[in-house]
Formats: sequence, C-alpha cells, structure tokens
Amino acid sequence: MQPDKILYIDLSKRSFYVESRPDLFEKNFGGAGVAIRLLLEECPQKADPLGPENPIIFAVGPLTGLFPMASKTVAMFKSPLTGNLGESHAGGRSASAIRMAGYGAIVIKGASETPVYLALYGEKVYFRDASGIWGIGSSYTVGRIIRELESEAGLRTIMRIGRAGEKMVSYASVIVETYRHFGRLGLGAVFGSKKLKAVMISGKHSLKVDNPKAYRILYDKIFQLTVKSQLMKKYHEIGTSSNVIPLNELKALPSLNLRMTSLEDAENISGESLAAKYLGRRVSCSHCPVACIHLATLRDPYEDEPYFYKTTMVPYDYEPIYSLGSMLGLTNTDELLKLIDEVEVQGLDAVSTGVTLAWATEAYEKGLVTSRETMGLELKWGDGNAYREAVRRIVSQPNEFFSTLAKGVEKAALRYGGLDFALSFGGNEMPGYHTGPATHLTFLTGARHSHLDSAGYSVDEANAKTGARLTPKQIAEALFREESWRQVLSSLVVCFFARGIYKPDIVLEALQTTGFKPNVTIEDLTMMGVETLKNKQAFKKREGFNYRDLRIPRRIVEVETPIGFLEESFIKEGVEEFFKLLQQL
Amino acid sequence: MGGTVDRRLTVLDTDKCVGCQLCMFACSRRFGVGGFSKSAIRVKSVGGVERGFIVIVCRACPDPPCMKVCVVNALSLRKGGGVMLNPSKCIGCGRCVDACPLKAVFWDNEADKPNICIHCGYCANYCPYGVIGLREVEQHATR
Repeated sequence: MQPDKILYIDLSKRSFYVESRPDLFEKNFGGAGVAIRLLLEECPQKADPLGPENPIIFAVGPLTGLFPMASKTVAMFKSPLTGNLGESHAGGRSASAIRMAGYGAIVIKGASETPVYLALYGEKVYFRDASGIWGIGSSYTVGRIIRELESEAGLRTIMRIGRAGEKMVSYASVIVETYRHFGRLGLGAVFGSKKLKAVMISGKHSLKVDNPKAYRILYDKIFQLTVKSQLMKKYHEIGTSSNVIPLNELKALPSLNLRMTSLEDAENISGESLAAKYLGRRVSCSHCPVACIHLATLRDPYEDEPYFYKTTMVPYDYEPIYSLGSMLGLTNTDELLKLIDEVEVQGLDAVSTGVTLAWATEAYEKGLVTSRETMGLELKWGDGNAYREAVRRIVSQPNEFFSTLAKGVEKAALRYGGLDFALSFGGNEMPGYHTGPATHLTFLTGARHSHLDSAGYSVDEANAKTGARLTPKQIAEALFREESWRQVLSSLVVCFFARGIYKPDIVLEALQTTGFKPNVTIEDLTMMGVETLKNKQAFKKREGFNYRDLRIPRRIVEVETPIGFLEESFIKEGVEEFFKLLQQL
Repeated sequence: MGGTVDRRLTVLDTDKCVGCQLCMFACSRRFGVGGFSKSAIRVKSVGGVERGFIVIVCRACPDPPCMKVCVVNALSLRKGGGVMLNPSKCIGCGRCVDACPLKAVFWDNEADKPNICIHCGYCANYCPYGVIGLREVEQHATR
C-alpha cells in the first residue's frame, strides 16, 4: 500500500482538499523524492521565500509506520536563508502521525492574515485561532498549551515555532514535539511569514501489507539488527556528542570561529563528560528504539531566593555542542547548556546561530563592529551571558546590526566586512567538521549545503587513517555516490543514523515484502536516487544557483586540517568534477 | 490452574521508557498490519517528553468494570483477570471505554469496536528496555 494521498491546505482561503497522486509516489517513493517534485510544481519561479506563494511541503514514505526508523519527515520549501532550496528533516512523532492520518504528503500554501494553527485529525482539518498564543516568550510554553487544547496524546505530532519564527529570523527552526527540529534553512521563518504558529497532526489508520507473514519476519530481522548489533551503538549510548573528543584529538573540531581546531578543555563539553554529570533522560522518536535524544538535567539556583532551583532538561547533540560550544569558546558546561536552552526557547537553528555569533565575536574583536552596533553588548569568547543576550537580540532585532545577524553570517559579512572568516557555504552556516577537503566539498556541493548531504567528513576520516590521498575527482565521485544513495534513504524517510542497517538488500526486501514495489531492483533504486538529486539541482538552477558562484571562505584554507593545509584550487576542482557528474548522468 | 500459569502484561518500570512506541506498533502487527489502529496499549508523555512517559495498558482486573457495563455481554472474564471480547456480539457502543478508570480500553475506528488486551505479551518482545513484561498472576494483583 502506498501513501499516495496528498493534503493541500490553503491558509489564505482557509480551505483544503485531498488528492491522490500515485504518479508521484510510484516513481519517487515518498520523502525527498516526492517533496522535490511537489516543490517544483508548487513553488513559482523566483518566489519570495517569505511570501504567501512559498509552499511548505511535508512528505513521509512507504515504510513509515511499518518498519523501525523509517521515522523522518522531509520538509521542503524555498529557504529564506539561502534564497534557494530549503530542505530539512525531523523525527519525533511527525512521520508516524502524518502517515497514520492517511497522508503521504501535506502541502501548505498561502498565508493567514491573523495568527493561526492547524489541527489535523485524520481527514478533518481545523483552522484554529492562534492570536492568543502568538508572541509567547518560550516555545516550550506553546507546546504545553497546544497539548492541553488538542486531544489524541501519544498519537500526534505538534510542530511549532518560537519567537524567532514569528520574527522571521532567516534560520528560525520548527520544533517538533520537544527537542526535535526542522532546524536548518529557516522553515520557522516560512511558518512565521504565513502567521502559522503550529501544526498538530494525529491519526490512527492501519497500514496493510501484501504478505503479513513475510512482513513480520523481516520486521524481526531489522529489529534484531537495531537492538543487538553494533550498528546503532554510537547513537544508542553516548550519542552524537561522542564525536567531540575524537575530533578534538584529531584537530578537526572547529573552535573560536575556526581560528583553532581544538580546545584545551573540550573534555568538559564531551559526550562522556555530559553523560557522567548531566544525562537525565533519553528519549526516542516514534518507531525507533535507539533513543539517541539525550537530555541533560541543568540545575540552576535562583540568585535571589535560597533553596529554589530551576531544573531544566536541555537536549544536547554534537552539532549544538560544536556551534554554541567550541565555536564560541564556551566550554563551561552549565553555560553551554543554558545557551542551548535559550536557542530552544527562541526556536532557532543551533548551527546557524553559533556560526553567526562566532563571526560577530571575531568582527567585534577586529573592530569591524563596535559597541555602537552591539548596543553595548561585549561579545567575548566563552561569555555565556553575553551570547544569551545576543540570541535574544537576534530575535527581537532592536537595531540594524541585530536584524542583519538575523539574516545569517553571509549577509552580516557582506554588510560589515569580514567575509574571509564568515563560515557559510552556499549561504548556509558551516557544520562542525574541519576534517579535510571532502567535508568542505560536501558543504559546497551538497544540495542543501549540509554535512548530512554526503558526509564528506567520513571520507576524510577514512583517508586520515589509511594515509590515502584522493584526487578531487575521486572525492567528487565518492560524494556523488553517497548523496545519491542518501536520496533513496530520505525518500523512504529512513533516519540517516540507520544507514548501516538499511543497506540496499534490506531496502529491496522491505519494498518487496510490503507490496509497495514488488519488482524493484537495485538499479531502480540507484536511478531514483540520481533522479532526485537532479530534480533538486533543477530547482536550484531555476532559482539562480550556479556552482561557479560558490564562495570558498578563506578561513578554511588558512587553518590546517588533520591531513594538511587545503588548497583552494583543489577544492575548486572537486566542485567542478562533482557538477560534471551531476550534469552527465 | 490446570497445569498452565496465568499471566498478565505488567508495566514494570516506566522510568526506563524512551517513548519509542514499538509496543504499540507490535500490538497492531499481530494482525499483520502496520500502524496503531488495532493497538491495545498506548505510550504518551507525562505532559511533555522531558518528564518521561506513561504506559497505558489493561491491568487484568479480577473484577473488570468494562465487563460490567457491557449491555450485550460481549466481554467475558478472562482466566487470570481482564476480559475477552466476542466481536460478533459487540455493538460498538463504547461503554467499556468510559468504564475503564485507566483508559486502557482503546478504540478501533476502522472496525468500530474496542481493542482489548489479551495479555499475550507480544508487545513485550519488542521493548528493548524491559519497561513491560509478562508476569505470573498473583492472588491479588496490586501493581
């Protein structure tokens, strides 16, 4: 059974309809594959990312609700940060809920004049007035209120924005349940531009399969691999924050706006140290037993009231530790957790926020901006208080400087200077790896300029171990293969953490057993992956992307990687080779 | 007990629950389908995942209130506590749902009948953290 129903919602007209689109799902499975085709259909050329014409697309896949870890929702939209392809993935209960509500995808168009939130109970769609919750200071409170207002606890997802989304910060996130996010590329701002505060989705449809007996056998095989093999161990135990120490030792942990690649006291903010002193609870997305979501318990005494404590659960992962920790020289664990919490409260993308603040700190140091711009705020490496205030000002935007920071590091550097140390790629702020040329080639060539596109850091890390020196062409080929395969996974909305389990043979078996694609072959999968990548490229080109315009931040060639200094010509050649491959196939 | 031991599904430690809902998926999968429509167990947060989770499932009452309100006698006492549903008698009135103080009688919208836990323990096989398990029925079950 394929999830071929699409729910189209128009916020301007407050109307909706459902359409069956087997053509899309048969060819492109779901998730990223279907979402990019819908984006090409629904997003008019040169659309204003914050205009009513920019659609929000959510898509899930044929394995969602049937197998473990097919638990992601892919969101697509035109990004207010890059002005081009916006794609972000989130888990929580979002994927289960969309599928159980009976849909393969949801398209939200138009804009409301007054704040609104959507409540979807299966086929029923309600446009609820959100004026009473617009402007609430904390995204946590918004979640709490909607939990009480709506029913079906346990069977629903609640996606919502914080103040950052309302104020249309270009890298505002959408928070899912709690602690999961459509983080990157500014979906939160698109919600805000539509006056859409939240989307609640619930449903409990059942999903039929062709061969129930074979289905249960395959399910058990995948389940056993998940819980008994070593494949999920990293995510299951210490979590992604286990990257901190190895990257620090390798001298690949971007620190102080990548002026350094390791910090003396990085140990403080390592997964091991957080687990020992702060880990309070671990939680999972729906239909994933791994529980990679790590929550720290932060106990903070009230200064004015003895024996009163504020106890907060703060989510931590490698990326926020890098961007809000090492990049800002913030290695005091309590202070780092408080900053992560502030970013959650406001509803911002942690990576973009940290990288933007790191640039601002260096620009302040260098005198490109002064206390006149910062309105008296002294930006200093490791000063958590100042950074928390800066985060609040990025959201409230009291002057031109902070409204510019709210547009991301590229725009800020174009306005105030310091482009050489503005760490963005294709307009998106840099993820936490300075491992070698391949990681930067991923940031440059990846469709959404994210480390998750083709994981070049893995290529670098493997090469650092073996001492192999790949040519730009070889790296481009490896990244192209990886990014193409990841299109298959993200079209089936399989979590990338489960990529070691969902190898091609398991994917084929799952598609065949469920009856979704009884005759599918490896070649079909590969073709579909490449086609999805090409569709994304078609969208990007249509919106003005030209790989020759990609800016290589000078900083990355000035600071040594574990495999030596990078050369700009090498990187440029890698980019050329990658796009040659993309155009060829 | 005629040589067999009566067992019931028991919630052993909700503090270890991570909210993955694999138990809920397992329960529907017994019928060969995906999703939740046939599930007789539910996991939800204690008002936000930061505070942990609640596992709601039939506790196999020895004197089940759901059975007492069934007007067509579709529910009969199960050996070891709880009830068995005779779907051909059930008229889908939903009184059993209201009668359960734990809210452990769930509703199958597609069949328009209740989902009743039969304490088979299939769901517990998929709980990697030992939150739920089958236990022998004590004389006076208290948990």
